[in-house]
Amino acid sequence: MALELRGITKRFPGVLANDDVSLSVGAGEVVALLGENGAGKTTLMNILYGLYRPDSGSVWIDGQQIELLSSRDAIAAGVGMVHQHFMLVPVFTVAENVILGLEPAGPLGWIKGEAARGAVERISERYKLRVDPDAVIEDLPVGVQQRVEIIKVLNREARYVVFDEPTAVLTPQEVDEFFEIARGLKRDGKGIIFISHKLNEALGIADRIVVMRNGRKVAEVLPSEATEEKLAELMVGRPVMLEVEKGPAQPGDPILAVDDLVVLDDRNHRACNGVSFNVKAGEIVGIAGVQGNGQTELVEAIVGLRPILAGSVRVSGADVTSANPREVHQLNVSHIPEDRQGSGLVLGFTVAENLILDSYYRPPFSRGLVMDWDATHETAIRLVKEYDVRTPGVDVLVSTLSGGNQQKVIVAREFDREVELVIAAQPTRGIDVGSIEYIHSRIVQQRDAGAAVLVVSSELEEVMGLSDRILVIFQGRIVAGFDPATVEAPEIGLAMLGGSR
Amino acid sequence: MIAAPAAAEKGPTPPPPGWWPRLTGVGTRARRALLLPTLAFVSALLIGAIIIALTDLDQLRRLGTEPGAALTEMLRGVGRSYKALFSGAGGSVYALSETLFAATPLIFASLGVALGFRAGLFNIGAQGQLLMGAMGALWVGLHLSMPSFLHIPLGLIAGLVGGMIWGSIPGFLKARTGAHEVIVTIMLNATAFFFVQWALTTPVFQEPGRNNPQSAPLLPTAQLHPLFGGTYRVNIAIVVAVAVAFLVNWLVFRSSMGFQFRALGLNQQAGRYAGMNVRLLITLAMALAGGLAGIGGASQVMGLAPYQATPSLAGSIGFDAITVALLGRSHPVGVLWAALLFGALKAGGRAMQGAAQIPLDLVVVLQALIVVFVAAPELVRTIYRIKGGSKPVVQVAGGGE
Repeated sequence: MALELRGITKRFPGVLANDDVSLSVGAGEVVALLGENGAGKTTLMNILYGLYRPDSGSVWIDGQQIELLSSRDAIAAGVGMVHQHFMLVPVFTVAENVILGLEPAGPLGWIKGEAARGAVERISERYKLRVDPDAVIEDLPVGVQQRVEIIKVLNREARYVVFDEPTAVLTPQEVDEFFEIARGLKRDGKGIIFISHKLNEALGIADRIVVMRNGRKVAEVLPSEATEEKLAELMVGRPVMLEVEKGPAQPGDPILAVDDLVVLDDRNHRACNGVSFNVKAGEIVGIAGVQGNGQTELVEAIVGLRPILAGSVRVSGADVTSANPREVHQLNVSHIPEDRQGSGLVLGFTVAENLILDSYYRPPFSRGLVMDWDATHETAIRLVKEYDVRTPGVDVLVSTLSGGNQQKVIVAREFDREVELVIAAQPTRGIDVGSIEYIHSRIVQQRDAGAAVLVVSSELEEVMGLSDRILVIFQGRIVAGFDPATVEAPEIGLAMLGGSR
Repeated sequence: MIAAPAAAEKGPTPPPPGWWPRLTGVGTRARRALLLPTLAFVSALLIGAIIIALTDLDQLRRLGTEPGAALTEMLRGVGRSYKALFSGAGGSVYALSETLFAATPLIFASLGVALGFRAGLFNIGAQGQLLMGAMGALWVGLHLSMPSFLHIPLGLIAGLVGGMIWGSIPGFLKARTGAHEVIVTIMLNATAFFFVQWALTTPVFQEPGRNNPQSAPLLPTAQLHPLFGGTYRVNIAIVVAVAVAFLVNWLVFRSSMGFQFRALGLNQQAGRYAGMNVRLLITLAMALAGGLAGIGGASQVMGLAPYQATPSLAGSIGFDAITVALLGRSHPVGVLWAALLFGALKAGGRAMQGAAQIPLDLVVVLQALIVVFVAAPELVRTIYRIKGGSKPVVQVAGGGE
């Protein structure tokens, strides 16, 4: 009983996406598929799911070679896929979503709603998923939506389930719950392929780890024989510093001073309720907190994107409480926004255009109304080289780059000028190990050059690794401060959940 | 909402070498962009041919008894019709003149719609903006007296101003209150129409002695006389239209204002993050869009003999402009070509009606079919088995966004 991909090769114009890759997963086994963006994981899984046809190689299920011409064939063969971006209809109920596409219809074509609800309840019971069949999708948290996707797959009687970066969108608690569910599936004899680039997760749950790089399978190891460092090296192809390398901070004068800040969220609730802190030149202050505790609104308020109800923000002595984003930007503030594709980039623009997105209005990029594309080009080519952005050119759409390279475009844009204050929100969310290392080193470099740095991240490891000082935000207030040299992760974790020291 | 087809044009590249590509916009990339519209046009003609054949009732009756002869006759009918269509559009100097004349106001109005698309605004209001532009030009043409070389530019500028005012209203309302520009522009179209109907009955505009809404003729110095005299109706405004198309092209791709418009059109949130003044830009984009349509109105009222405005002076130009902007993929040069195509269809359609007794409505059908094929590129790709562009519907996203 096994699912096997044998010698898969797939070529796209100019790229060898999969080069003779073989992979197998048995019943009741969890195989982690590790690799950086562009390593070929996606292509391999699209082949398994019938979306691409391999140039050579074959797919075998339980000893039988099968021909996959569409995802329909894959589903029929017992392969299910839980996508990273959920394929759910937001206004439908759980039960309606689960039966979407295979509605059990009675005479005259009415849909047997009861049968659907029964199926959801049965599966939910069996795997302890705790999902209400009548809940409407858009009202559910992301973690529960993911469970609906799992129910969908199980309802189609999948025996092999592919999870594509399942933990990328989850909060830490949801991640734990997800692993419980995955273990339940495993006990029930499902074969699981777990795509990830989070090393500790792969080590924690997998029975076997397959590492891909540049379209090839470069290693297949047992978790007991592997370490995070070794896996990272296999993925990237060179030794990677997982720990941030930095000397002691030499704090100078305060650059950012936030005083008793009150900010509303989009629903007019108080997202920040009296936040005060400062960041000095030459130090990195990290704000830890579970997503949704006011971090997003805090950052937006500082950079001028969100009105401030009360309190004040000063940058290098200048009052920016009611400044607009451009005025803040002109005070040498670099902002790496939390939502890379939503705010940081115009995906329909080229790399070069994105590199001048917030400085297009001044020389050398434009004079008056006239854009100088030649100067823009020169700068773009230089920045792409300097910041190691892997792109075929500066005229390609930025949407074609991987997440890590997109983030490097933003970092290049924000750091290639005089910088006094860096505000980095979730600077490495969802990007590959190599890019994380690179971006961290660039942030430390800014600190060492004398900039004040504020890092906001929901990744506790990142905050602990980067910061010279840690603040914890909970329900719109700073509830604790720590020295990363002396504090242990559980202590911060407790504060993040509102527990006192 | 209908997405402005704006994605792929590249701004920051130097123009392709050679005068022909520069003049026509036909580089490799543009050639690829032209493929689909061309195939859409061909497909529309094929279906149009079937419609012509099937509406020939005499031959349809004969089909049972003498199929061969009937089919031959049908094909002849199609041939006759299309021959008339093409020769009416471009078969003679007169035909070309008619094509250019019909295209002139359409170019202006379509550029207005396309500029809105680029900035992410769905400007349905070209019709109203065109009418208000026409009223501006009309006032200048009736009440100011000056030599022609001043009067004509001033008339066109008055059209620009009239259209800008009308366009800036929905822009301002959207920027300030979030009122959707589609709703507001639709309502302003009706408002403009009834305003014109009323205004043309006031002594300011109405020809003395009339009781229907019709203006007095423009002063001769404000009339756009035929460029080549005689029966050729094409006038200097076509030259202005082409120049303005290239000016808009420059504005969109080579100016910092266009950079901001395009950024907002693709991702308003990113524009805000980057420090752009979103409210001002929305108002400005709508004002400019309206101004362009307004010049179209001016060219219509100043160029159409007997140079007297009536409430129907805009025809359906403002609505055709939406179609043309889509067909031209909101690229100013593409829009220019698309407007010329529609001008040709209009001119040819009239000839076809005369020569082959095919109702002018067929032209509307052809235009509609072209739009259907352009709006559904996958359909054309499937029919002609063109590779590329199609992606699997469901894709495993690589990496971790």
